[in-house]
Amino acid sequence: MSTTVTPERVEEVVYGALESFGADPSEFSRTVTFEELDVDSLDLAELSQIAEEEFGVPLKGADVKGIRTVGDAIDLIVIRAQ
Amino acid sequence: MLVTGGSRGIGAACARALADDGWAVALTYRTSPGGAQETVREIEAAGGRATAIGLDVNDARAIPGALEEATAALGGTVLGLVNNAGVRADDLAVSIEDDAWETVLDTNLTAAFRLTRQALRGMVRARFGRIVNVASVVGPRANAGQANYAAAKAGLIGFTRTAATEVARRGVTINAVAPGFIRTDMTADVLQNGALEAIPARRAGEPEEVAACVRFLASDQAGYVTGTTLFVDGGLSA
Repeated sequence: MSTTVTPERVEEVVYGALESFGADPSEFSRTVTFEELDVDSLDLAELSQIAEEEFGVPLKGADVKGIRTVGDAIDLIVIRAQ
Repeated sequence: MLVTGGSRGIGAACARALADDGWAVALTYRTSPGGAQETVREIEAAGGRATAIGLDVNDARAIPGALEEATAALGGTVLGLVNNAGVRADDLAVSIEDDAWETVLDTNLTAAFRLTRQALRGMVRARFGRIVNVASVVGPRANAGQANYAAAKAGLIGFTRTAATEVARRGVTINAVAPGFIRTDMTADVLQNGALEAIPARRAGEPEEVAACVRFLASDQAGYVTGTTLFVDGGLSA
């Protein structure tokens, strides 16, 4: 599963998840913070679950607490998938 | 809908009531496959859908598999959970052995947490869920000889309240019922010891009376009820 994980694919999935949480797609970028998108801790827990289902990457609570921006999340998922 | 400890007593009554309300029900059993199958037969005879799943709720590694089995059997994500499985190991606090403490806390509290954690994954994604934890009037109220049980059930109520606030905005409700003295195998010894005189209703409750409350809390009509504990105790805690 990890061989098919590309940054572009992860970005697509992360953006899709953020939109499902109610975040505004016009604000999406790698540098925007989850706080700026009004994405909360429950959203991040759900994002972790989506990453696990899509890419087989289990992210624990401690992993997620360290990320601030959307780019942080994308990079973390890509690194863990390698 | 997954009902733990569904082979008898309150759990079986909950399974029947929820099936009657249209839920497809998976009920778990640990020691009584015959009772579980009998409950399934009763539900099916009444036109409902049910399946029985063997599960020791204290086996943490078995919980994800049980949810998967329920999902497969029910034909979709488990959107309801009744944490009912429970045990007693009564003694005075001064005499409770470590294993009696741990068994009661593990079964009545930790297992409910683990099942809730696992079930919430699907419920949060589905933006809908109903969890009802079967607590007890013992916990909010003292009952000498049940310090371990009281600690577990009080903990379950605290867990219910906080977890409910975390997922409320996803359409998931988490509530508790707190039965008093209910006529089941688990309370037969207690009811023989004159406990009824302390109950304002002067009678034991029936499992179906607890199940009716669980049925309500799991219903669409209870969508704005979350984090609360509904006492079903004949006035004992009033």
